[in-house]
Amino acid sequence: MTDDYDTLPLIPRNRAVHPDPYDPGYKTTMTRAPSLPLLSLDSTVTEQTGPVFGHGVIGTLDNNLILNWTKGEAPAVGERILVHGRVLDETGRPVPETLVEIWQANAGGRYRHLKDTYFAPLDPNFGGCGRTLTDVQGHYQFLTIRPGAYPWPNRGNDWRPMHIHFSVFGRAFGQRLITQMYFEGDPLIDRCPIVATIKDRGQIEQLVAPLDMSRAKPMDFLAYKFDIVLRGRRQTFFENRPEGM
Amino acid sequence: MTQKLTTLTETASQTAGPYVHIGCIPTFAGLGAIYPEDLGGSPISEGAKGKVITITGSVYDGTGWAMRDALLESWQADASGIYAGQPNADPAVTGFCRFAADGTTGEFTLRTVKPGRVAMRDGRMQAPHIAIWIVARGINVGLSTRIYFSDEDNATDPVLSRIEQRPRVETMIARAQGGESYRFDIRLQGDGETVFLDM
Ligand SMILES: [Fe+3]
Repeated sequence: MTDDYDTLPLIPRNRAVHPDPYDPGYKTTMTRAPSLPLLSLDSTVTEQTGPVFGHGVIGTLDNNLILNWTKGEAPAVGERILVHGRVLDETGRPVPETLVEIWQANAGGRYRHLKDTYFAPLDPNFGGCGRTLTDVQGHYQFLTIRPGAYPWPNRGNDWRPMHIHFSVFGRAFGQRLITQMYFEGDPLIDRCPIVATIKDRGQIEQLVAPLDMSRAKPMDFLAYKFDIVLRGRRQTFFENRPEGM
Repeated sequence: MTQKLTTLTETASQTAGPYVHIGCIPTFAGLGAIYPEDLGGSPISEGAKGKVITITGSVYDGTGWAMRDALLESWQADASGIYAGQPNADPAVTGFCRFAADGTTGEFTLRTVKPGRVAMRDGRMQAPHIAIWIVARGINVGLSTRIYFSDEDNATDPVLSRIEQRPRVETMIARAQGGESYRFDIRLQGDGETVFLDM
Protein backbone atom coordinates (compact mmCIF):
# COMPACT_ATOMS: atom_id res chain seq x y z
CA MET A 1 0.00 0.00 0.00
CA THR A 2 1.42 3.34 -0.98
CA ASP A 3 0.37 6.84 -0.02
CA ASP A 4 -0.62 7.28 -3.65
CA TYR A 5 -3.14 4.47 -3.37
CA ASP A 6 -4.68 6.20 -0.36
CA THR A 7 -5.60 9.24 -2.47
CA LEU A 8 -7.58 7.37 -5.16
CA PRO A 9 -11.36 7.53 -5.47
CA LEU A 10 -13.40 4.79 -3.85
CA ILE A 11 -15.14 2.08 -5.82
CA PRO A 12 -18.86 2.87 -5.63
CA ARG A 13 -20.65 0.76 -3.04
CA ASN A 14 -22.61 -2.16 -4.47
CA ARG A 15 -25.78 -1.76 -2.44
CA ALA A 16 -27.07 -5.13 -3.65
CA VAL A 17 -24.58 -6.95 -1.42
CA HIS A 18 -25.76 -5.05 1.65
CA PRO A 19 -28.97 -5.56 3.62
CA ASP A 20 -32.17 -3.93 2.48
CA PRO A 21 -32.53 -0.74 4.56
CA TYR A 22 -36.28 -1.29 4.86
CA ASP A 23 -37.31 -4.77 5.93
CA PRO A 24 -40.63 -5.49 7.71
CA GLY A 25 -39.07 -8.63 9.25
CA TYR A 26 -36.90 -6.29 11.32
CA LYS A 27 -39.54 -3.89 12.55
CA THR A 28 -37.39 -0.97 13.64
CA THR A 29 -36.16 -0.48 10.07
CA MET A 30 -39.68 0.51 9.05
CA THR A 31 -39.39 3.91 10.73
CA ARG A 32 -35.65 4.36 10.32
CA ALA A 33 -34.99 3.55 6.66
CA PRO A 34 -34.94 6.53 4.28
CA SER A 35 -37.86 6.39 1.86
CA LEU A 36 -36.16 8.48 -0.82
CA PRO A 37 -33.20 7.34 -2.96
CA LEU A 38 -29.64 8.03 -1.83
CA LEU A 39 -27.75 10.65 -3.84
CA SER A 40 -25.00 8.68 -5.61
CA LEU A 41 -21.87 10.63 -6.55
CA ASP A 42 -18.20 9.91 -7.08
CA SER A 43 -16.23 10.17 -3.84
CA THR A 44 -14.34 13.38 -3.05
CA VAL A 45 -11.36 13.97 -0.80
CA THR A 46 -13.82 14.09 2.12
CA GLU A 47 -14.74 10.43 1.64
CA GLN A 48 -11.28 9.37 0.47
CA THR A 49 -9.54 10.50 3.66
CA GLY A 50 -10.33 9.42 7.18
CA PRO A 51 -9.11 9.34 10.75
CA VAL A 52 -6.01 7.29 11.48
CA PHE A 53 -5.38 6.02 14.98
CA GLY A 54 -1.91 5.28 16.28
CA HIS A 55 -0.64 2.60 18.63
CA GLY A 56 -0.64 5.25 21.33
CA VAL A 57 -4.37 4.86 21.91
CA ILE A 58 -4.31 1.07 22.25
CA GLY A 59 -3.64 -0.44 25.68
CA THR A 60 -1.96 -3.84 26.05
CA LEU A 61 -5.15 -5.60 27.22
CA ASP A 62 -7.49 -3.82 24.82
CA ASN A 63 -7.80 -6.87 22.54
CA ASN A 64 -8.25 -9.29 25.43
CA LEU A 65 -11.89 -9.21 26.53
CA ILE A 66 -11.28 -12.09 28.94
CA LEU A 67 -9.08 -9.84 31.05
CA ASN A 68 -9.54 -6.19 30.06
CA TRP A 69 -12.50 -5.40 32.33
CA THR A 70 -10.66 -6.48 35.49
CA LYS A 71 -7.31 -5.16 34.24
CA GLY A 72 -5.98 -8.70 34.33
CA GLU A 73 -7.23 -9.54 37.83
CA ALA A 74 -9.76 -12.27 36.99
CA PRO A 75 -10.91 -13.98 33.79
CA ALA A 76 -14.41 -13.66 32.35
CA VAL A 77 -16.82 -16.60 32.50
CA GLY A 78 -17.41 -18.48 29.27
CA GLU A 79 -15.99 -20.55 26.47
CA ARG A 80 -12.59 -19.06 25.69
CA ILE A 81 -12.06 -18.21 22.02
CA LEU A 82 -9.60 -16.44 19.75
CA VAL A 83 -11.19 -14.42 16.96
CA HIS A 84 -8.75 -13.53 14.23
CA GLY A 85 -8.67 -12.56 10.59
CA ARG A 86 -7.61 -9.97 8.09
CA VAL A 87 -9.01 -6.67 6.90
CA LEU A 88 -8.67 -6.42 3.13
CA ASP A 89 -10.18 -4.14 0.53
CA GLU A 90 -12.06 -5.13 -2.60
CA THR A 91 -8.87 -5.16 -4.66
CA GLY A 92 -7.38 -7.73 -2.25
CA ARG A 93 -4.95 -5.30 -0.63
CA PRO A 94 -4.49 -5.62 3.12
CA VAL A 95 -5.69 -2.62 5.11
CA PRO A 96 -2.79 -1.91 7.47
CA GLU A 97 -2.95 -0.28 10.91
CA THR A 98 -6.66 0.27 10.87
CA LEU A 99 -8.75 0.32 14.01
CA VAL A 100 -11.02 -2.67 14.65
CA GLU A 101 -13.43 -2.39 17.57
CA ILE A 102 -15.73 -5.12 18.88
CA TRP A 103 -18.51 -5.34 21.42
CA GLN A 104 -20.60 -8.28 22.54
CA ALA A 105 -22.85 -9.84 25.14
CA ASN A 106 -21.40 -12.01 27.90
CA ALA A 107 -21.60 -15.82 27.94
CA GLY A 108 -25.20 -15.63 29.17
CA GLY A 109 -26.32 -13.25 26.41
CA ARG A 110 -26.38 -10.11 28.58
CA TYR A 111 -24.80 -6.79 27.61
CA ARG A 112 -23.16 -4.51 30.11
CA HIS A 113 -25.33 -1.57 29.02
CA LEU A 114 -27.64 0.64 31.04
CA LYS A 115 -30.50 -0.31 28.73
CA ASP A 116 -30.09 -4.12 28.77
CA THR A 117 -32.43 -5.67 31.34
CA TYR A 118 -32.35 -9.33 30.24
CA PHE A 119 -32.59 -11.90 33.10
CA ALA A 120 -29.15 -13.35 32.41
CA PRO A 121 -26.75 -11.98 35.01
CA LEU A 122 -23.85 -9.66 34.38
CA ASP A 123 -20.45 -11.28 34.72
CA PRO A 124 -18.49 -9.11 37.16
CA ASN A 125 -15.35 -10.02 35.22
CA PHE A 126 -16.60 -9.12 31.75
CA GLY A 127 -17.00 -5.68 30.18
CA GLY A 128 -17.75 -6.59 26.59
CA CYS A 129 -15.70 -4.31 24.38
CA GLY A 130 -12.27 -4.41 22.84
CA ARG A 131 -10.17 -2.80 20.15
CA THR A 132 -6.98 -3.36 18.21
CA LEU A 133 -5.07 -2.16 15.17
CA THR A 134 -4.41 -4.42 12.19
CA ASP A 135 -0.74 -5.10 11.43
CA VAL A 136 0.88 -4.15 8.12
CA GLN A 137 -0.63 -7.25 6.49
CA GLY A 138 -4.09 -6.43 7.79
CA HIS A 139 -4.15 -9.13 10.51
CA TYR A 140 -6.00 -8.62 13.78
CA GLN A 141 -6.89 -10.85 16.74
CA PHE A 142 -8.98 -10.78 19.89
CA LEU A 143 -9.16 -13.13 22.85
CA THR A 144 -12.68 -13.25 24.22
CA ILE A 145 -15.47 -15.56 25.36
CA ARG A 146 -18.19 -16.85 23.12
CA PRO A 147 -21.21 -14.59 23.59
CA GLY A 148 -24.57 -16.14 24.40
CA ALA A 149 -27.66 -15.93 22.23
CA TYR A 150 -30.33 -13.58 23.54
CA PRO A 151 -34.01 -12.78 22.93
CA TRP A 152 -35.07 -9.37 21.65
CA PRO A 153 -38.35 -7.57 21.15
CA ASN A 154 -39.31 -7.88 17.49
CA ARG A 155 -41.74 -10.60 16.49
CA GLY A 156 -43.14 -12.85 19.22
CA ASN A 157 -40.09 -15.00 19.87
CA ASP A 158 -37.03 -13.67 18.07
CA TRP A 159 -33.54 -14.55 19.27
CA ARG A 160 -30.21 -13.21 18.14
CA PRO A 161 -27.70 -15.89 17.18
CA MET A 162 -24.39 -15.69 19.00
CA HIS A 163 -22.60 -12.72 17.48
CA ILE A 164 -19.85 -10.19 17.91
CA HIS A 165 -20.34 -6.62 16.66
CA PHE A 166 -17.45 -5.27 14.57
CA SER A 167 -16.62 -1.66 13.73
CA VAL A 168 -13.88 -1.06 11.15
CA PHE A 169 -12.47 2.25 9.95
CA GLY A 170 -10.29 1.47 6.95
CA ARG A 171 -8.27 4.42 5.70
CA ALA A 172 -11.10 6.50 4.29
CA PHE A 173 -14.26 7.78 5.92
CA GLY A 174 -16.17 6.32 2.97
CA GLN A 175 -14.92 2.83 3.92
CA ARG A 176 -16.49 2.99 7.36
CA LEU A 177 -18.29 -0.25 8.19
CA ILE A 178 -20.16 -1.78 11.10
CA THR A 179 -21.14 -5.43 10.84
CA GLN A 180 -21.63 -8.57 12.92
CA MET A 181 -19.76 -11.87 13.04
CA TYR A 182 -21.69 -15.10 13.56
CA PHE A 183 -20.48 -18.55 14.55
CA GLU A 184 -20.38 -21.63 12.33
CA GLY A 185 -23.13 -24.10 13.09
CA ASP A 186 -25.44 -21.81 15.05
CA PRO A 187 -29.03 -22.81 14.17
CA LEU A 188 -30.32 -19.35 15.11
CA ILE A 189 -28.54 -17.72 12.14
CA ASP A 190 -31.17 -18.92 9.69
CA ARG A 191 -33.99 -17.74 11.97
CA CYS A 192 -32.62 -14.25 12.59
CA PRO A 193 -34.53 -11.36 10.98
CA ILE A 194 -31.47 -9.11 11.19
CA VAL A 195 -29.35 -11.64 9.29
CA ALA A 196 -32.25 -12.04 6.85
CA THR A 197 -32.11 -8.35 5.88
CA ILE A 198 -29.21 -9.51 3.67
CA LYS A 199 -30.70 -11.04 0.55
CA ASP A 200 -27.47 -12.43 -0.92
CA ARG A 201 -26.81 -15.89 0.56
CA GLY A 202 -23.09 -15.66 -0.18
CA GLN A 203 -22.90 -12.41 1.74
CA ILE A 204 -24.52 -14.02 4.78
CA GLU A 205 -21.99 -16.85 4.61
CA GLN A 206 -19.22 -14.25 4.64
CA LEU A 207 -20.44 -13.16 8.08
CA VAL A 208 -20.22 -16.67 9.55
CA ALA A 209 -16.81 -17.41 11.05
CA PRO A 210 -15.60 -21.00 10.73
CA LEU A 211 -13.95 -22.88 13.57
CA ASP A 212 -10.20 -22.68 12.94
CA MET A 213 -8.38 -25.42 14.83
CA SER A 214 -5.05 -24.28 13.33
CA ARG A 215 -5.17 -21.28 15.65
CA ALA A 216 -6.80 -22.95 18.65
CA LYS A 217 -4.49 -23.37 21.63
CA PRO A 218 -4.56 -26.83 23.23
CA MET A 219 -6.03 -26.83 26.73
CA ASP A 220 -6.78 -23.10 26.47
CA PHE A 221 -9.02 -21.70 23.70
CA LEU A 222 -10.78 -22.46 20.41
CA ALA A 223 -10.36 -20.16 17.42
CA TYR A 224 -12.65 -18.64 14.79
CA LYS A 225 -11.51 -16.88 11.64
CA PHE A 226 -13.28 -13.77 10.37
CA ASP A 227 -11.99 -11.79 7.39
CA ILE A 228 -13.49 -8.41 6.57
CA VAL A 229 -13.52 -6.72 3.16
CA LEU A 230 -13.83 -2.94 2.90
CA ARG A 231 -14.45 -0.81 -0.18
CA GLY A 232 -11.48 -0.60 -2.53
CA ARG A 233 -10.08 2.24 -4.58
CA ARG A 234 -10.48 2.77 -8.27
CA GLN A 235 -7.49 3.20 -10.58
CA THR A 236 -7.98 6.41 -12.55
CA PHE A 237 -6.18 6.55 -15.84
CA PHE A 238 -8.81 8.69 -17.49
CA GLU A 239 -10.16 11.56 -15.45
CA ASN A 240 -13.14 13.21 -17.02
CA ARG A 241 -15.35 15.81 -15.51
CA PRO A 242 -18.66 14.04 -14.93
CA GLU A 243 -21.64 15.24 -16.89
CA GLY A 244 -23.46 18.03 -15.11
CA MET A 245 -20.84 18.58 -12.41
CA MET B 1 -17.55 -19.05 -19.62
CA THR B 2 -15.36 -16.09 -18.84
CA GLN B 3 -12.25 -15.38 -16.87
CA LYS B 4 -12.79 -15.00 -13.12
CA LEU B 5 -12.65 -11.51 -11.68
CA THR B 6 -10.18 -11.37 -8.83
CA THR B 7 -11.93 -8.60 -6.94
CA LEU B 8 -13.43 -9.32 -3.53
CA THR B 9 -16.90 -8.30 -2.40
CA GLU B 10 -17.34 -5.80 0.38
CA THR B 11 -18.49 -7.39 3.65
CA ALA B 12 -22.19 -6.82 4.23
CA SER B 13 -23.13 -4.21 6.80
CA GLN B 14 -25.28 -5.15 9.78
CA THR B 15 -27.07 -2.86 12.19
CA ALA B 16 -24.98 -1.40 15.00
CA GLY B 17 -27.82 -2.40 17.31
CA PRO B 18 -29.04 -0.78 20.52
CA TYR B 19 -25.78 -1.35 22.39
CA VAL B 20 -23.37 0.27 19.91
CA HIS B 21 -22.23 2.61 22.68
CA ILE B 22 -20.49 -0.27 24.48
CA GLY B 23 -18.00 -0.57 21.66
CA CYS B 24 -17.87 3.02 20.42
CA ILE B 25 -18.57 5.33 23.39
CA PRO B 26 -18.07 3.08 26.43
CA THR B 27 -18.63 5.89 28.96
CA PHE B 28 -22.12 6.44 27.54
CA ALA B 29 -22.99 2.78 28.16
CA GLY B 30 -21.61 2.85 31.68
CA LEU B 31 -18.23 1.25 30.87
CA GLY B 32 -16.14 4.33 31.57
CA ALA B 33 -13.47 2.34 33.34
CA ILE B 34 -12.40 0.31 30.33
CA TYR B 35 -10.27 2.89 28.44
CA PRO B 36 -8.57 6.08 29.63
CA GLU B 37 -11.00 8.04 27.43
CA ASP B 38 -13.57 7.56 24.69
CA LEU B 39 -12.12 7.58 21.20
CA GLY B 40 -12.90 10.70 19.17
CA GLY B 41 -14.33 12.60 22.11
CA SER B 42 -13.37 15.88 20.42
CA PRO B 43 -12.29 16.71 16.85
CA ILE B 44 -10.12 19.60 18.06
CA SER B 45 -7.62 20.23 20.80
CA GLU B 46 -6.33 23.39 22.44
CA GLY B 47 -5.04 25.88 19.90
CA ALA B 48 -7.01 24.71 16.87
CA LYS B 49 -7.10 27.49 14.28
CA GLY B 50 -10.40 28.92 13.13
CA LYS B 51 -13.79 29.67 14.61
CA VAL B 52 -15.03 27.29 17.27
CA ILE B 53 -18.67 26.42 16.68
CA THR B 54 -21.33 24.26 18.30
CA ILE B 55 -23.83 22.29 16.24
CA THR B 56 -26.90 20.96 18.02
CA GLY B 57 -29.64 18.77 16.65
CA SER B 58 -31.62 15.56 16.81
CA VAL B 59 -32.07 12.52 14.63
CA TYR B 60 -35.78 11.98 13.98
CA ASP B 61 -37.30 8.70 12.86
CA GLY B 62 -40.23 8.45 10.45
CA THR B 63 -42.75 9.11 13.21
CA GLY B 64 -41.07 12.38 14.20
CA TRP B 65 -39.56 10.90 17.35
CA ALA B 66 -36.10 12.16 18.33
CA MET B 67 -34.10 8.95 18.58
CA ARG B 68 -32.40 8.36 21.92
CA ASP B 69 -30.04 5.68 20.68
CA ALA B 70 -28.41 7.21 17.58
CA LEU B 71 -24.63 7.31 17.37
CA LEU B 72 -22.97 9.76 15.01
CA GLU B 73 -19.48 10.27 13.65
CA SER B 74 -18.14 13.35 11.93
CA TRP B 75 -15.13 13.89 9.66
CA GLN B 76 -14.02 17.27 8.48
CA ALA B 77 -11.16 19.42 7.26
CA ASP B 78 -9.42 22.06 9.37
CA ALA B 79 -10.09 25.80 9.02
CA SER B 80 -7.90 25.87 5.89
CA GLY B 81 -9.76 23.02 4.19
CA ILE B 82 -7.02 20.44 4.84
CA TYR B 83 -7.70 16.99 6.28
CA ALA B 84 -5.59 15.43 9.03
CA GLY B 85 -2.87 13.37 7.40
CA GLN B 86 -2.52 15.76 4.45
CA PRO B 87 0.46 18.13 4.20
CA ASN B 88 0.14 21.34 6.27
CA ALA B 89 -2.87 20.13 8.24
CA ASP B 90 -3.51 21.88 11.57
CA PRO B 91 -1.99 19.54 14.20
CA ALA B 92 -4.71 20.57 16.66
CA VAL B 93 -7.50 19.23 14.42
CA THR B 94 -8.03 15.47 14.19
CA GLY B 95 -11.24 16.22 12.32
CA PHE B 96 -12.95 13.13 13.73
CA CYS B 97 -15.62 13.10 16.41
CA ARG B 98 -18.00 10.55 17.87
CA PHE B 99 -21.10 11.67 19.68
CA ALA B 100 -24.39 10.20 20.75
CA ALA B 101 -27.93 11.46 20.93
CA ASP B 102 -28.73 12.11 24.58
CA GLY B 103 -30.48 9.16 26.21
CA THR B 104 -33.16 11.43 27.70
CA THR B 105 -33.65 14.29 25.23
CA GLY B 106 -32.40 12.78 21.98
CA GLU B 107 -30.27 15.85 21.32
CA PHE B 108 -26.65 15.72 20.15
CA THR B 109 -23.97 18.38 20.27
CA LEU B 110 -20.84 18.67 18.15
CA ARG B 111 -18.24 21.25 19.18
CA THR B 112 -15.60 21.80 16.55
CA VAL B 113 -13.98 24.41 14.30
CA LYS B 114 -15.71 25.61 11.16
CA PRO B 115 -13.98 23.78 8.30
CA GLY B 116 -12.56 25.66 5.30
CA ARG B 117 -13.45 25.17 1.66
CA VAL B 118 -12.08 21.91 0.28
CA ALA B 119 -10.52 21.49 -3.15
CA MET B 120 -11.67 18.71 -5.49
CA ARG B 121 -9.19 16.73 -7.60
CA ASP B 122 -10.02 18.93 -10.58
CA GLY B 123 -9.44 22.12 -8.62
CA ARG B 124 -13.07 23.11 -8.08
CA MET B 125 -13.93 24.02 -4.51
CA GLN B 126 -16.45 22.41 -2.19
CA ALA B 127 -18.26 24.67 0.25
CA PRO B 128 -17.28 24.15 3.91
CA HIS B 129 -18.88 20.95 5.16
CA ILE B 130 -18.67 18.18 7.74
CA ALA B 131 -19.30 14.57 6.73
CA ILE B 132 -21.71 12.77 9.06
CA TRP B 133 -22.27 9.05 9.50
CA ILE B 134 -25.22 7.77 11.52
CA VAL B 135 -25.74 4.31 12.98
CA ALA B 136 -28.37 2.91 15.33
CA ARG B 137 -30.70 0.00 15.89
CA GLY B 138 -32.91 -0.29 12.80
CA ILE B 139 -30.32 1.26 10.48
CA ASN B 140 -28.97 -1.65 8.45
CA VAL B 141 -26.32 0.33 6.58
CA GLY B 142 -24.81 3.44 8.19
CA LEU B 143 -26.31 6.63 6.73
CA SER B 144 -24.08 9.34 5.29
CA THR B 145 -24.88 12.99 4.89
CA ARG B 146 -23.07 16.32 5.18
CA ILE B 147 -23.50 19.43 7.27
CA TYR B 148 -23.15 22.67 5.28
CA PHE B 149 -23.60 26.13 6.80
CA SER B 150 -26.30 28.74 6.16
CA ASP B 151 -23.77 31.58 6.53
CA GLU B 152 -21.47 30.27 3.78
CA ASP B 153 -21.74 30.53 0.00
CA ASN B 154 -23.05 27.11 -1.01
CA ALA B 155 -24.16 28.11 -4.50
CA THR B 156 -21.48 26.31 -6.49
CA ASP B 157 -20.88 23.34 -4.22
CA PRO B 158 -20.55 20.28 -6.47
CA VAL B 159 -22.53 17.99 -4.15
CA LEU B 160 -25.40 20.33 -3.28
CA SER B 161 -25.66 21.24 -6.98
CA ARG B 162 -26.58 17.66 -7.75
CA ILE B 163 -29.75 17.69 -5.65
CA GLU B 164 -32.53 17.87 -8.19
CA GLN B 165 -35.36 18.91 -5.83
CA ARG B 166 -33.99 22.28 -4.68
CA PRO B 167 -35.99 22.48 -1.43
CA ARG B 168 -34.19 19.34 -0.27
CA VAL B 169 -30.86 21.22 -0.27
CA GLU B 170 -32.01 22.82 2.98
CA THR B 171 -31.90 19.44 4.72
CA MET B 172 -28.09 19.51 4.51
CA ILE B 173 -27.62 23.06 5.80
CA ALA B 174 -27.05 23.91 9.45
CA ARG B 175 -28.91 27.10 10.47
CA ALA B 176 -26.79 29.82 12.08
CA GLN B 177 -28.44 30.82 15.34
CA GLY B 178 -26.30 33.81 16.12
CA GLY B 179 -22.86 33.68 17.66
CA GLU B 180 -21.20 30.31 17.34
CA SER B 181 -24.31 28.12 17.43
CA TYR B 182 -25.88 26.15 14.63
CA ARG B 183 -28.90 23.87 14.48
CA PHE B 184 -28.84 20.73 12.32
CA ASP B 185 -31.68 18.22 12.51
CA ILE B 186 -31.61 14.92 10.66
CA ARG B 187 -34.83 13.29 9.46
CA LEU B 188 -34.44 9.67 8.47
CA GLN B 189 -37.78 9.26 6.74
CA GLY B 190 -40.85 11.17 5.57
CA ASP B 191 -41.53 14.92 5.68
CA GLY B 192 -38.33 16.90 5.28
CA GLU B 193 -36.30 13.71 4.83
CA THR B 194 -32.58 14.47 4.89
CA VAL B 195 -30.63 13.87 1.69
CA PHE B 196 -28.42 10.85 2.32
CA LEU B 197 -25.32 10.29 0.24
CA ASP B 198 -23.86 7.29 -1.53
CA MET B 199 -20.34 8.47 -2.31
FE1 LIG C 1 -25.97 -7.61 19.71
